[in-house]
Amino acid sequence: MKIPSNILTLLAGVILTLVSLWYGQNHGLLPEAASDEAALVDGLFNSMMTVSIGLFILVQGVLIISAIRFRRRAGDNTDGPPIHGNIPLEIVWTAIPAVIVLVIGVYSFDIYKAMGGFDPQAATDPGIVQVAMLPGEQASGLIDSQPKPARHVHNHLALGVGTFPEGEGRPADVNVDVMGLQYAWIFTYPDSGVTSGELHIPVNQEVQLNIKAQDVLHAFWLPEFRLKQDAIPGRDTELRFVPRHIGTYPVICAELCGAYHGAMNTKLYVQSQEEYDGWLQEQIASLSDPNQAIAMRAIAPSESRSNAEFLAPFASQMGIDTAALEQLHPQHVSMNR
Amino acid sequence: MTQAEWQSTTTPTTKGAIPGQRKWQDYFTFNTDHKVIGIQYLVTSFIFYMIGGALATAIRTELATPESDLVSPELYNNLLTVHGTVMIFLWIIPAGSGLANYLIPLMVGARDMAFPKMNALAFWMVPPAGLALIGSFFLEAPQAGWTSYPPLSLMTGKVGEGIWIFTLLVLGTSSILGAINFFVTIVKMRVPSMGFNDMPLFCWSMLAASALILIGTPVLAGALILLAFDLLAGTAFFNPTGGGDPIVYQHMFWFYSHPAVYIMILPLFGAISDILPVHARKPIFGYRAIAYSSLAISFLGLIVWAHHMFTSGTPAWLRMFFMITTMVIAVPTGIKVFGWLATIWGGKIQLNSAMLFAMGFISMFVIGGISGVMVAAVPFDIHVHDTYFIVAHLHYVLFGGSVFGIYSAIYHWFPKMTGRMLNEPLGIVHFVLTFIGMNLTFMPMHELGLLGMNRRIALYDPKFATLNLVCTIGTYILAVSTLPFLANAGWSWISGKKAGNNPWRALTFEWMTTSPPAIENFEQLPVLTSGPYDYGLGKRNPQMEPEESQSNVEAPPGFIPPEEARAGSPEP
Repeated sequence: MKIPSNILTLLAGVILTLVSLWYGQNHGLLPEAASDEAALVDGLFNSMMTVSIGLFILVQGVLIISAIRFRRRAGDNTDGPPIHGNIPLEIVWTAIPAVIVLVIGVYSFDIYKAMGGFDPQAATDPGIVQVAMLPGEQASGLIDSQPKPARHVHNHLALGVGTFPEGEGRPADVNVDVMGLQYAWIFTYPDSGVTSGELHIPVNQEVQLNIKAQDVLHAFWLPEFRLKQDAIPGRDTELRFVPRHIGTYPVICAELCGAYHGAMNTKLYVQSQEEYDGWLQEQIASLSDPNQAIAMRAIAPSESRSNAEFLAPFASQMGIDTAALEQLHPQHVSMNR
Repeated sequence: MTQAEWQSTTTPTTKGAIPGQRKWQDYFTFNTDHKVIGIQYLVTSFIFYMIGGALATAIRTELATPESDLVSPELYNNLLTVHGTVMIFLWIIPAGSGLANYLIPLMVGARDMAFPKMNALAFWMVPPAGLALIGSFFLEAPQAGWTSYPPLSLMTGKVGEGIWIFTLLVLGTSSILGAINFFVTIVKMRVPSMGFNDMPLFCWSMLAASALILIGTPVLAGALILLAFDLLAGTAFFNPTGGGDPIVYQHMFWFYSHPAVYIMILPLFGAISDILPVHARKPIFGYRAIAYSSLAISFLGLIVWAHHMFTSGTPAWLRMFFMITTMVIAVPTGIKVFGWLATIWGGKIQLNSAMLFAMGFISMFVIGGISGVMVAAVPFDIHVHDTYFIVAHLHYVLFGGSVFGIYSAIYHWFPKMTGRMLNEPLGIVHFVLTFIGMNLTFMPMHELGLLGMNRRIALYDPKFATLNLVCTIGTYILAVSTLPFLANAGWSWISGKKAGNNPWRALTFEWMTTSPPAIENFEQLPVLTSGPYDYGLGKRNPQMEPEESQSNVEAPPGFIPPEEARAGSPEP
């Protein structure tokens, strides 16, 4: 029995749609989603994946069917039918991608808004501080001798991802200053003065990371939180999010920052409030320990940069003593093997 | 002054020469014949492709295991920097220039390019620049990535970075000189009977690509010169320690380097549009849509650059603007892809190496195009920026797209360039190995990036080891896949089967002259009597037996049966 071709086409279309819908939800390509933002991004990705798989099967299917059905038979040197085009068909396949990208564009816009991308308070970036360089200024001044421009004047330059729209204007529960330098992340808790090489944050509290860079560009990436922001020397950037699951997550530098860029990782510990408080107390106590204080001073950027042995032996790639290294950057020991 | 006279005065070195064949020595000299220059470009760029491929193989060998155990971390960064720079600036862009040099005058019925000496000059800037970059391995190689972002690029060694800047400035100048030639030749030197809408689609895409080169490259040159001042003279245009802004460099760099993606892919879009109809024996579907979509891509390509900077110093409203413009590019690109699919649908497809690579091009490029729309979405790009997802995406576009396109073009036009056919079974082996190797290498990278593997790293989390090993095996298959091609090209060039003038029974002008064409291309300039894609029309109607075959060597060049229909005319 010969099945009419329009029924076959319909059947193929139904199967294509079902496969796309199924794969879009069951691709298993993303790691755990550890925050509300991550769940939003995953929803967007799954939708795009659904459309993508449909287009993928359509195009590959047409190619394979053409290669089989319309291959030249031996001895046939004639041409195919002289079809130069079909205006309605061309309009359709111009309109369909246009509608698809319009929908994805609007959806992405909504997600970006929901994540806090438009938070006007996000990262009041002062721009590059260039006061002494401006023409007409007195040429005598070093940058530091000039009055710094007041902060919060460039609110329009929001770099990073801020709070959820409903939280705008409210300060975050936990603030952490993040400094990227070759090749470590240094986390400072401004409320307590605690400095650490690993990031500890309490679960279900809104966290604001104020990201700076010491030397070159870095990028602060939390894969499980789907958040990334470059750390730019001379600029302030920010990430703000609420961790939802207790656990240990990687913190990765995603911008090429030098020879040991691949080793610039650390850990993010999302802890219960009690564990977090305990950790913080422990750190505050160790601040008064003189040995630790010396070790901490060793990571001061000017000293680590001028260290003659900087990068020389692989084992002391940070150019700081082992105690500080371990305290700041536990991965290095294992990664150096 | 007739066009023929005008052209002969622009090619003084060939004036008085007996129309005939080139000696092999000519390919090593400052020759102004566009066909010599085209082959010089193609062979030179292919040599650099082998070098870039060797670097890629070294990179993947290092990444076969999670530890950093094969090369030092500095050398690893040297490898990835030079790999990226070589593949973009010394392989794909010059290979596109090679095809354009060879094909444009033949396609539009000219005897040479508009400015032959400038053309030769443009080519001869490539080898010294390339040798300087490769030679930097013996001195001090650049290691700040092919993007060379300051401040890192200002801190990783003056010599290496200086060589890198020098290389790019020279190659950029070469590219500009080439683009002027392509543009003027296409606009001013078509035979009088050929209107814009009668041009082969390759010419349309080269118009679009040349416009991008002319607009974008000077901005890159500006950025590089300022970077050189920062590097060598201690200025602070981009150096934040002196009050400079590293983000401005990124804007200037990507203002060229995003259009560079289209500079790399548009010539191959055009080549594919010319190759598919010939081997499917069907007119191109929607000539005008495909032609004008090249221009649309060219224009839109200029206003999407900051999508490379979504996680950088780019404020929210700019992120949204560049997200929308980037997504819109999917529309003209989709027009092309669907037009190609409709071209082969219902045809009589000869599945030879050229056609396999052309269909492989569509298949692979679509994957890169789809992931391209995904990474245009800001919330998703924030996650995958600078990860292996991007590495996968760009290689599907530039390897699955451009390199497959270049191979397809070589298989298609090799008979014209050398007068000899390539060996088909070897070509099919080459295609199968390349296709498998390509997907094995780059498909797992999508997952790696999504799971959390960042790019440009020599050591990685052991949980990614299995997928990375698959990628590395794929790379070795890719490396091996070039061997049948090299053997095929070398052997066929010397003693392949004679091709005849028009082995594919194609309709564009380059097939209306001898293979290889005489020094001034045409004994008498061809006259346009049918559109470039009028398959199946008139005498070519499937009901009638076409008389053209490999035996029409004696037919006067440029003679094709008169037809009324043109490809550009709306009625079928």
